[in-house]
Amino acid sequence: MLLGYGPDGPIPGRRVAITGIGVLSCCGVGTEALWTGLNGPAPEGERRVPDFDPSRWFGPKDARHVDRFAQFAVAAAEMALDDAEGLDADPARSGVVIGTGVGGFESLQSQVLVYGEKGARRVSPRLVPMMMSNAGAANVSIRAGWHGPSETITTACAAGTHSIGYAARLVASGRCDVAIGGGSEAAMTEVGIAAFANMTALSTSGHSRPFDRRRDGFVITEGAGALVLEDWDRAVARGARIYGELAGAASSADAHHITAPIPSGSGAAVCMEVAIEDAGLVPGDVAHINAHGTSTPLNDKAEAQAITTVFGSPGPVVTSTKGITGHGLGAAGAIEAVAAVLTIEHRLIPPTVGYEEPDPEIDLDIVTSTARPWEPGPILSNSFGFGGHNGCLVISPA
Amino acid sequence: MSNEETFEKFKEVAVEVLQVPADKVTPDARFAEDLDADSLDLVELVMALEESFDVTVEETELEGIETIGQAYDLIVAKL
Repeated sequence: MLLGYGPDGPIPGRRVAITGIGVLSCCGVGTEALWTGLNGPAPEGERRVPDFDPSRWFGPKDARHVDRFAQFAVAAAEMALDDAEGLDADPARSGVVIGTGVGGFESLQSQVLVYGEKGARRVSPRLVPMMMSNAGAANVSIRAGWHGPSETITTACAAGTHSIGYAARLVASGRCDVAIGGGSEAAMTEVGIAAFANMTALSTSGHSRPFDRRRDGFVITEGAGALVLEDWDRAVARGARIYGELAGAASSADAHHITAPIPSGSGAAVCMEVAIEDAGLVPGDVAHINAHGTSTPLNDKAEAQAITTVFGSPGPVVTSTKGITGHGLGAAGAIEAVAAVLTIEHRLIPPTVGYEEPDPEIDLDIVTSTARPWEPGPILSNSFGFGGHNGCLVISPA
Repeated sequence: MSNEETFEKFKEVAVEVLQVPADKVTPDARFAEDLDADSLDLVELVMALEESFDVTVEETELEGIETIGQAYDLIVAKL
């Protein structure tokens, strides 16, 4: 990962090791549930986190005072910290970056209803710290007692990816020895679902079918993902298990429309190219792409176009794990970064569940039906958000 | 309603809002030290009490309220 460009060219930063992972998805709580889910059949019905028990992380009072999205952030981050075992981090040099699309939507919705029914005097004094988008990062740093940067990136569906990229750069630059990067979302409220449905973003068939000719929108989900990112030499010195390297990250904008992607995919292509360059690689080095692949007609076509622009035809092996997970908005990129790490761990690329009928306008090598062996090499993870925000990560085997 | 019944009702609200065991809600219990309640908890408690007892408490009246007993007296005086 680069720190920038100087008079003599690129300035490499410290290498960034991935030493812990944590995730909550509609497949369940934890990385094993995610991996099992990604290799199973598509879930039926609404894709909520099925078995989330706040009491595993919160006392009864805190559970009332922390919105569901921030509870997810804490749960994912603390599972990742446990997974990193024996971190023994210097609080002043440890940071947290947790993104979200919309923050505490459930709290806001319920208090708007309280206002309507009972008036201003009954609006909870807890609403602001519950709904604020930075509540996830805040609760994680408060509980960890870390004094390094604690920040939130809010770039819709690219927020999780951008947050992991920024957290990695805190480590690469030397500001932090350890940083948690992740994303969290719990926007499946009545108003949230109605809003996404009315903008015709949601699938009316209820099927998530990334890149399939019949795709008709995304299936909304909730959850969170988090990575523990650590200075490579430190991780080696303490004998940590290193899952892989957070080798590159990038951000770009479509500069086109508030919700629709630019049809040529030119903004996404720039993002992929910059991320690959940030990792010190060329496109031919990339072994696999965990696509944004939302199952919306416009995203999947533009993303396919962008991949073809950068890699030629057919390009690296592509999968969209959203066939199983649905679209977790600000959590999506973080859940998918965990999926990419699990791909390295299991040496398998999970299938794009729901993809059956090719779209003649999409020329990609898509993993269908069952998992395909992963030929060890760098993985590119894509996320694109409303607003035209694009984020890419490069995750390389150790 | 007898004094005892009134205090029981008060206690139920305090237990619900502050998430503390009922036996800790005594007249002498201090919000910060004994019940781990911060200023927002006190605001939340008063809101719930207003609702339960159908009274109105002004923000300025909360100044100096540090114990369960003081809060209880404040509510009872309005009944």
